[in-house]
Amino acid sequence: MLSVSTDSRFVHKMWQEHELSKMVDGGVPFPMLSDGGGRIGSVYGVYEEAAGVDVRGRFIIDPNGTVLAMEVLTPEVGRNVSELIRQIKAFQHVQATGEVTPSGWQPGKHALKPGPELVGKVWQEWKEEMAFD
Amino acid sequence: MAKETDSCVKPAGGPIAKAVPEGQKTSTQQEIQMTTARVGHEAPDFEASAFIKGVGFKNIKLSDYRGKWVVLCFYPGDFTFV
Repeated sequence: MLSVSTDSRFVHKMWQEHELSKMVDGGVPFPMLSDGGGRIGSVYGVYEEAAGVDVRGRFIIDPNGTVLAMEVLTPEVGRNVSELIRQIKAFQHVQATGEVTPSGWQPGKHALKPGPELVGKVWQEWKEEMAFD
Repeated sequence: MAKETDSCVKPAGGPIAKAVPEGQKTSTQQEIQMTTARVGHEAPDFEASAFIKGVGFKNIKLSDYRGKWVVLCFYPGDFTFV
């Protein structure tokens, strides 16, 4: 986990010590990166020049360095950590098994084996109610 | 070993462009692909200064984390509301 904002490393230190450590027991354990000038955010498509900040953007990167998922929100709405973890587990399941995970998949739920036999038969394997928790 | 010192200004590399092999021409499309994050493609590397609890200040590269799953989270600012 790496967090990034346009704040300096000095501000990150103060935020950790004066606020985050009061929200999260022991404070956040991951590196807090500084993107002054928004050059990194620009490359990732999240830098908002008018405000001089990186908007809320979340990228899942696998051990090979490939971007597997991205989610970008305007700042007012926070993220869903459960959904983040579900997506990481889904990508790990796909890489480990070669199966693919349909809408609503959760660890332990039915995944699909892609191949010619499945064409036109997904309706037998996946039902609408499976889209929901 | 000399203790690493810190100062007010500590340059960090920012985005790290991938070297194009000499003599190889790239199209505009390829250049965009190398410098913009897209799903299914290599994450653009970068170096940034960072604060790490218990460690202090340190420059970090995304490529330091090869071999590990990484969640890269941008947010609008420290001390904001959400």
